[in-house]
Amino acid sequence: MELKTQVHAEDGKQELTITRQFDLPLELLFKAYMEPEIVEQWMGTKVLKLENKSHGSYRFETTDPMGNKHLFHGTIHEFELNTKFTRTFEMENTPFPVQLEFFEFERLGENSSKLIMHVIYKSLEVRNQILQLPFKQGINMAHNRIQEYFTKS
Amino acid sequence: MELRRDVFQALADPTRRTIITLLALKAMTPGAIAENFNSSRQTISKHIQILTECQLVDQQQNGREIYYHLNPVKMKEIADFIEPFRKFWDERFNKLESVMKDYQAKNKK
Repeated sequence: MELKTQVHAEDGKQELTITRQFDLPLELLFKAYMEPEIVEQWMGTKVLKLENKSHGSYRFETTDPMGNKHLFHGTIHEFELNTKFTRTFEMENTPFPVQLEFFEFERLGENSSKLIMHVIYKSLEVRNQILQLPFKQGINMAHNRIQEYFTKS
Repeated sequence: MELRRDVFQALADPTRRTIITLLALKAMTPGAIAENFNSSRQTISKHIQILTECQLVDQQQNGREIYYHLNPVKMKEIADFIEPFRKFWDERFNKLESVMKDYQAKNKK
């Protein structure tokens, strides 16, 4: 059986691609990224700011089970409704450099669509470190671990 | 302090990937491996050394000859490496899908 979500991280390249097929019409998939209330529901985050336009920006805040707040933000470079957007992504108060993310949306059928997320990191080392974050506990917990990880190494 | 070699950097090199592919078929002596390349034996043995340091390749003495073979445990580790990251995204996208299906159902009424 083919996996619905696939991650392609080619050896020696400072980038990766995440693809996912959804049993959703393209417009609904795109809406999931546009409407702050909906983003909050599936990402489990608070949307402080979300400007869906070229030269816009966004800022999200998540609270981990320990009650710590973590902030994420970036700039939206281009935005084309139901087609694509390009943004930067940065975790605040972590040593991780900003990353560049290309989101492309494709219609596969009336009720199916595809998302291609292409992420470019500052270096191959950064990409591999991100891949090694403790994702099992979720990204919020990961945030705390990142500090540990870097103070150790 | 000895630096642990990065497996991904080891695999980034096309010659080393070819060596892995050759060893996937059968265990080989360094000489037999080198015959598959135009590079010098020294160059190839440097590549083998890097693969050995990452534990991607194991060596076994067989009489006078040393045979290299793939370490399946290490290879599996690499395949599993991305899995937690993939699962994280898979769960997140599953959530997106279910949130939007609810949304779709509500807005049809």
